[in-house]
Amino acid sequence: MASPVNASGKRPRNTGKTLKRLMHYLGIHKFALLAVAILVLISSMANIMGTYLLRPIINDYILPGDIQGLIWALIGMGLMYGVGVLATWGYNQLMVRTSQRVVSEIRSDLFHRTQDLPLSYFDVHTHGELMSRFTNDVDTLTEALNNSFAMLIQSAIMVAGTITMLIVLNFWLSLIVIAFLAAMVVFIKFNGKRSKRFFTEQQESLGSINGFVEEMVSGQKVEKVFNHENQDFEEFCKRNERLRKASTKALSYSSMMIPTIVSLSYINYAVSACVGGLFVLGGIMDLGGLSAYLVYVRQSAMPLNQFTQQINFLLSALSGAERIFDMMEEQPEVDEGVVTLCNVIIHEDGSREECPEHSGQFAWKYPMPDGSTELIPLKGDVRFFGVTFGYTPHKKILQDISLYAKPGQKIAFVGSTGAGKTTIVNLINRFYEIDGGTITYDGIDVRDIKKDDLRKSLSMVIQDTHLFTGTIADNIRYGRLDATDEEVVAAAKLANAHSFIRRLPEGYQTMLYSDGANLSQGQRQLLSIARAAISRPPVLVLDEATSSIDTRTEKLIEQGMDALMQGRTVFVIAHRLSTVRNAKAILVLEKGKVIERGDHDELLEQKGRYYQLYTGQFELE
Amino acid sequence: MLRRIFSYMRPYRKYAVMAVVCVVLETMFELIIPLIMADIIDIGVQYGDRSYIFQQGALMLFCALLSLVFGVGGSRFSAVCGQGLGAELRKAEYRKVQEFSFANTDHFRTSSLITRLTSDVTTIQNSVSTGLRPACRAPVMMITAIIVSFFINARLALVFLVAAPLLGVLLFLIIRKVRPLYSKMQGAIDLVNRIIQENLTAIRVVKAYVRRDYEIAKFEEGNLTLRNHSERAFRLAALNMPAMQLVMYATILCILWFGGQMIRVGSMEVGELTGFLSYVLQVLNSLMMISNVFLMFTRSLASGRRIMEVMDEKPDLNDDEAKDVSVERGEISFDHVSFQYQKDAEEKVLSDISFHIDPGQTVGIIGPTGSAKSTLVQLIPRLYDVTEGTVRVDGRPVKEYPLRHLRDAIAMVLQKNTLFSGTVRDNLRWGKEDATQEEIEEACRIACVDEFIDRLENGYDTDLGQGGVNVSGGQKQRLCIARAILKKPKVLILDDSTSAVDTATEAKIRQGLAECLPGTTKIIIAQRISSVAHADQIIILDDGKIDAIGTHETLLKTNAIYQDIYHSQREGAGL
Repeated sequence: MASPVNASGKRPRNTGKTLKRLMHYLGIHKFALLAVAILVLISSMANIMGTYLLRPIINDYILPGDIQGLIWALIGMGLMYGVGVLATWGYNQLMVRTSQRVVSEIRSDLFHRTQDLPLSYFDVHTHGELMSRFTNDVDTLTEALNNSFAMLIQSAIMVAGTITMLIVLNFWLSLIVIAFLAAMVVFIKFNGKRSKRFFTEQQESLGSINGFVEEMVSGQKVEKVFNHENQDFEEFCKRNERLRKASTKALSYSSMMIPTIVSLSYINYAVSACVGGLFVLGGIMDLGGLSAYLVYVRQSAMPLNQFTQQINFLLSALSGAERIFDMMEEQPEVDEGVVTLCNVIIHEDGSREECPEHSGQFAWKYPMPDGSTELIPLKGDVRFFGVTFGYTPHKKILQDISLYAKPGQKIAFVGSTGAGKTTIVNLINRFYEIDGGTITYDGIDVRDIKKDDLRKSLSMVIQDTHLFTGTIADNIRYGRLDATDEEVVAAAKLANAHSFIRRLPEGYQTMLYSDGANLSQGQRQLLSIARAAISRPPVLVLDEATSSIDTRTEKLIEQGMDALMQGRTVFVIAHRLSTVRNAKAILVLEKGKVIERGDHDELLEQKGRYYQLYTGQFELE
Repeated sequence: MLRRIFSYMRPYRKYAVMAVVCVVLETMFELIIPLIMADIIDIGVQYGDRSYIFQQGALMLFCALLSLVFGVGGSRFSAVCGQGLGAELRKAEYRKVQEFSFANTDHFRTSSLITRLTSDVTTIQNSVSTGLRPACRAPVMMITAIIVSFFINARLALVFLVAAPLLGVLLFLIIRKVRPLYSKMQGAIDLVNRIIQENLTAIRVVKAYVRRDYEIAKFEEGNLTLRNHSERAFRLAALNMPAMQLVMYATILCILWFGGQMIRVGSMEVGELTGFLSYVLQVLNSLMMISNVFLMFTRSLASGRRIMEVMDEKPDLNDDEAKDVSVERGEISFDHVSFQYQKDAEEKVLSDISFHIDPGQTVGIIGPTGSAKSTLVQLIPRLYDVTEGTVRVDGRPVKEYPLRHLRDAIAMVLQKNTLFSGTVRDNLRWGKEDATQEEIEEACRIACVDEFIDRLENGYDTDLGQGGVNVSGGQKQRLCIARAILKKPKVLILDDSTSAVDTATEAKIRQGLAECLPGTTKIIIAQRISSVAHADQIIILDDGKIDAIGTHETLLKTNAIYQDIYHSQREGAGL
């Protein structure tokens, strides 16, 4: 499990490492990128050659008045330019294609990681902040790849080319240029480092604004009810101001580099010209050589110039990439389980055999050391042995608790709020990892069971209902994707949702948006129950699944569920005692411990906590 | 549209002007410097004038430094005004979103509103910050170059008259095609965002049903659509570069050809041709810069339109009919109220509801799932407006109260409880911003929060995490009740807000409320008979209509629904 320190996302950042990871993604497209590099080279060559050819064309054809020659020369030049334009077109298109592919792969990997992260990670990060990594941070990468990558290659080619030319032309003079170029590089590096800090802050503030807005818009009703608009606006402005300051600084520092580099290159030119002039006067160099040399000096500044134009894209992309890879590097849920779940047929002699289709009977496939597998029938026998657990390391919710639930029947957990009922369920399906002790499921340590199979064996209706954008039928079918329309209707009937669905304008095809905003809480719960019912669960867990449903409807659902789960284990968490009354075993929890156990009548006779809770409900009589 | 967006730059106008001035001056100096440079060689070196070389070198150094100062100033000022514009836009937009009714929010969807507030604004502010320099620089460069080239040879300069419009047409074609593509791309971003947001909020459901692969497939579909849309948009935009190059190269060839002819007949000097060519290159380079800026602004316009859609949305709920009055007593009456969520919906959610509540009364509302209990009470603080009829508070239609005053007087604990990131204390202070520790403790005592507050890691300073993940359902509900009590409201509405609280605690809360808020009108929606049995009147709601109103005793005798509910809860009690 990721420790909270880890989960807070603060860890030393390493540019080299970020670049390396980025290179990995670029590496996937190395051939495309190589092609881009070649095309950039061709395009730049065409451009440079064009300039270079001007003089011979003028001298050889225009001055002598050789029209024929001029036509041929221009045709040749036109062809060369044509190739250049094609190359430019090619690398631009190829680069767009590649960069879109790269960012889409990164987005996809990020989403994969989201699916694999443990719940504890989501508990400490606001949703909007995580969303920001998908949008704002990935966006910075798109911009940089689209705009800057080809430019980087071009700059590198041109720097190398001109420096070679300079050295060839005059070694001693070229030292001046090299010194200046080195100074520029040092300056860019220094300044880049300084402004990158602010780019990182900018991306972080953007994330925090995203998080804030997401929370506030989702909780809009509460904001309105409490007239809290002004306070929230103030808080928003605070974050907004932080972002403004950070991004202003980031951009000021980074775009300052453009004029600085330009000016430095002028100074470089002036110094070169002066020293060169002295060389000429001293007879070390001739005038023609100096003018040619100075043309290249001027050119040598161009690539760095271009580079600085891109620098704010590059720096913010680097900051964005860091945040993306930060999330990708989070520890995923641990899953070392080997035991899987399968359907079985029970033969007349009592032996079990695995079968591929749904049979209504389940078993755990337990691999033995000799390579064979043993089938252990799934009963829903859950035991806790000395389990200790806390959502944060400092605060234990459950302290050394042991409990045992008899399988094949309805088992209820009751207890006052905060007694740890939901926590117990969260542990059975390993939403969270326990800190100590063991939990067994049909005698198997839950850690030995493959997580997916473990969770498939438990169909859960959780306290907070969540619906997805899609039709009502889609939402019910979420429990089992291949369910037929008839099965969807049957499940809805079982959950008593059918009657209200039928009255909706488009029945089962009614679209739900925004987490089913226009349904009542009770109706949302009915849909959640239908979703669980359709999944044909071996074991059903109802965590306050009917808390917003009226008691009459609840009774009808209960009857349906009892029929569905005949002979199988059902865990029910409720504090509404009418919900749990007919459970075969009721476990009363208090402060993370089981304090009473028995069926309804036994517990009433004990006149303990359950009796108090129960009579509390009818105190007015 | 542009004007509207830029109107948000007003506080930073000074910086914008300074940025433009700086960039223009910087460009001027950059135009002067090459002239000085030429002098070094043409005069200094040619004539062997050592002191002239140094003099001009120093002059050039001076100019370079001045242009540096202006350049740095320009980048600083354009950063300030670009980012300032972004900040102002975000602020105005957020303010607007706060005014939205739920119908407005649903219209855009949360995830889309978030992108419109962040990434769309980022696009605009960055194109201002980074686009300002080329946008000012390129015209200066271009105009000087054109003027000079006309001076060199006016006839040859006519080539521009062909090249420039050609470039313009190409650019126009690209922009016209790419604009809808950008909008489509933003739409695809919204879709991907929605999938991500849903997955984050419902991560427990996704994990419980082991729907990882299903969700990934869903995401990949959206991701692919986004990739395709953005690839198409950017590919088209990337045509800009080769198109510009094509025109540029063609111009060079034409000039060489026509220039060659001119030199042959003697109407032009060779030196003029080379000079002319370098200015042509400068013009075309500037045009390329301008076209890049145009493309950037096209994208900003797509984003700008999305932002303006938000700004132009008319909030459904407003203070148009409000007078300066506030709620005094907490008397509530419904007069033939009907309600439907959408104007064109066939079925009414509530129909013909009439009842009256005296100040200080306690009223229970009970009824089957989906009978519109929550909808009914949400009409009182005007979370929605009625479709027909009138809701009155203190005898005055709710529309006549300013929303602020109305909602100040009415505290509501919603069924779907929301707590926000922050500490317990932060959340409680939503009820009263300047609440003292005593007030907080008092409210927590009434809501039975004090029973568990000590068990939280840091008491009142415990961080709740997003949506209050660190407390249990029942604890959350109690915190929400405490938050509402802190408001000291005239009307307190509890919408099934003790459903996860055990009965003993609930009874305690009820008692506390009766004792500490005697003058407050209390409306309680509940599933449990025990929650409402003590109420002064109980409203039975069935399918959006009032089935009966009465007290526990009368209803138990006369009302079938009430009897049914009662028995379903009593059955098997054996008492």
